[in-house]
Amino acid sequence: MRIIVSIKGVPKLETVKVDPETHTLRRESAELMLNPFDRSALEIAARLKEKYHAEVIAISMGPPNVIPLLREAYSICADRIILLSDRAFAGADTLATSRVLAQAIKKLAPFDLVLMGLKSADGETAQVPPETAALLGIPSITNVKDLFFEDKKIIALRETEYGLEELEAEPPIVASLYPKLDYFRPPSFKRLLEVKNRELEIWSAKDLELSIEKLGLSGSPTRVSGVFEKKFADKGEIWEGEPEELAKRLITLLKEKGFLKA
Amino acid sequence: MLVKYSLTEEQSLLVELIKRIGEEYIAPFALEWDEKESFDNRPIRALADADLFGIIVPKEYGGLGMGVFEMCLAVEWLSYYCAGVSTTYAASFLGAYPLILFGNEKQKEKYLPDIARGKKLCAFALTEPQAGSDAFGIKTTARKEGDYYVLNGVKQWITNGGLADINIVIALTDPAKGPRGASAFIVEKGDPGFSAGKKEKKLGLRSSVTTDLIFNDCKIPADRLLSREGMGFMVALKTLDYARCGAGAQALGVAQAALEVSIKHAKKRIQFGQPVYNFQAVSHTFAEMTMRLEASRALVYQVAKFIDAGAKDFSGASAMAKCFATDQAMWICERAIQMMGGYGYMRDYPVQKFFRDVKCLQIYEGTNEIQKNVIARELSKVYK
Ligand SMILES: Cc1cc2nc3c(=O)[nH]c(=O)nc-3n(C[C@H](O)[C@H](O)[C@H](O)COP(=O)(O)OP(=O)(O)OC[C@H]3O[C@@H](n4cnc5c(N)ncnc54)[C@H](O)[C@@H]3O)c2cc1C
Ligand SMILES: Cc1cc2nc3c(=O)[nH]c(=O)nc-3n(C[C@H](O)[C@H](O)[C@H](O)COP(=O)(O)OP(=O)(O)OC[C@H]3O[C@@H](n4cnc5c(N)ncnc54)[C@H](O)[C@@H]3O)c2cc1C
Repeated sequence: MRIIVSIKGVPKLETVKVDPETHTLRRESAELMLNPFDRSALEIAARLKEKYHAEVIAISMGPPNVIPLLREAYSICADRIILLSDRAFAGADTLATSRVLAQAIKKLAPFDLVLMGLKSADGETAQVPPETAALLGIPSITNVKDLFFEDKKIIALRETEYGLEELEAEPPIVASLYPKLDYFRPPSFKRLLEVKNRELEIWSAKDLELSIEKLGLSGSPTRVSGVFEKKFADKGEIWEGEPEELAKRLITLLKEKGFLKA
Repeated sequence: MLVKYSLTEEQSLLVELIKRIGEEYIAPFALEWDEKESFDNRPIRALADADLFGIIVPKEYGGLGMGVFEMCLAVEWLSYYCAGVSTTYAASFLGAYPLILFGNEKQKEKYLPDIARGKKLCAFALTEPQAGSDAFGIKTTARKEGDYYVLNGVKQWITNGGLADINIVIALTDPAKGPRGASAFIVEKGDPGFSAGKKEKKLGLRSSVTTDLIFNDCKIPADRLLSREGMGFMVALKTLDYARCGAGAQALGVAQAALEVSIKHAKKRIQFGQPVYNFQAVSHTFAEMTMRLEASRALVYQVAKFIDAGAKDFSGASAMAKCFATDQAMWICERAIQMMGGYGYMRDYPVQKFFRDVKCLQIYEGTNEIQKNVIARELSKVYK
């Protein structure tokens, strides 16, 4: 059994700076962290690996600063880590990203399962998993809480507003995960030692036999037509002073508004 | 830290990983575990998944094959976050050492890989109600019956009692011979006639589990005997010699945490128009705390390295490391509270927990009075 986990580096919230002129993220200066949903994907992959002795391959598209995150994936459970990196990939929207991921995944065939996060913490479109599945021509199941194999079929539990949905699919599929786990394993010390001396595989546009016009900015139909800061009509008030005095003022206000009994 | 140690790449990675586990799996919960006196398996599972139960297990059995020094580094930094968690962790080594040091090939193959992977937790059971410091006074018996031993008796205050899958138990196979008639056994969770008593209520280390172990015609296969009959105290004492550095290392971690929390407070707390750290009575106390902590660390590290270098006689050395570091840590934690005034005394702040936790380190794995007896005995062998 082969499981491919597709992970993304997202800027750490504390280190993100917004350019005051253009209002865009200054990505270069931000430190990257693993997209939280992708940490879930790795944990699920690790559990499936234990259960079915699966091989786990982690891939990520991004500049070389995502390498530490791939190493992290190795130290958690991945047996092989591949960076998909090329200047031509820069500026990709979800479609151009999915093209690269789909092509890389194709090269890793045969595989049984592609695990992704439900959505990324920065882009937050949740489009990449289903788009990638569409490009691969295989089923996609989104918002998966848990999944397992039964009689060569994949059973996926999917959370909806109405309750849990149980879906059955023939592998291979792409699943985007939102598992709400209460435990994520830390890196293994042995794997941390191993990954230090491991050569990283890097695949470029050429390795993936992708034509440049379908990639990056030029291959991205999405255009950002404008970025604006949301203005709040209701301005908050800031009270300053001694805690006791402020508490009294707050109680008076709450009573006035009828939130507390007079 | 004013004294810096140069660690190897592997050792630094180990400390980093422990700190990561501490930040993520322990720090946010430690005060709550203490308050509720509850054991949480998650940090233990994290340590297992991180391979860290394998530190002292030889590589051929799936462990990391590291030494007492690395064990101390791990225990020290775990204790920085919670000495209760580090007690659960270190007590498992107390149960693993007898297998590593005295197990036969079959026993090692059967148990060590699972211990290394953290799939099985260990305990070490020597103390009995009437036999604390006077460990030779144990009364638990192990009677040979054909291919079995039948154990009867009660062990008291056993860390990981009821949790551990593998319990190393010291019992008398030949009561007539006294301590020379003691032997060490491996008792597994689920063995007939073996059970754990109720969980003790403690002053500190409240996220660890301490219980009685009860043997009521507990029948185990004869191949669970460790080493030979009559070697029980040899096994127990050698194990404690190795593990005692770990108790010293626990003291380092707790004292380090106490120092950091209290100095940060003292530099922020304004009285008489200035931070209390500006008062010499306060800053000199911190100077004294740091000196004692660094002296303890130097001793614990040095003794650990002495053992790893292949020393044969190290009872006196490991007794010194344990006794000195834990006494200093007790003093440091007491001063940390004093330097924080009422804030140090309140249960919303962690220093009172350090103070309660650290107290036990002067008691378990042999009281500090007993350590001094050991040191004095070893000393008189050298200066005849
Ligand atoms: C309108 C718009 C314009 C954009 N313009 C730019 C731009 O000009 N320059 C720029 O750099 N970025 C740009 N982005 C961001 C970038 O396109 C997206 O972050 C990227 O395509 C992934 O989409 P997402 O973050 O919404 O992923 P989602 O679909 O929310 O992510 C779901 C999952 O897909 C997988 N995944 C997503 N991306 C990757 C990846 N790179 N490698 C491996 N797995 C992945 C992960 O498993 C992830 O959990 C833009 C995004 C939008 C919405
Ligand atoms: C939280 C906790 C966890 C523990 N975990 C374990 C465990 O996992 N396994 C295990 O086997 N045991 C365990 N113990 C037991 C521990 O090792 C004993 O408590 C310890 O050895 C001291 O024995 P005692 O408490 O009976 O004290 P006593 O022996 O009754 O001592 C009372 C006092 O007399 C002093 N004293 C006694 N004899 C002498 C002497 N000859 N010279 C000078 N002073 C002396 C002692 O130092 C002490 O101050 C644990 C104890 C605690 C509190």
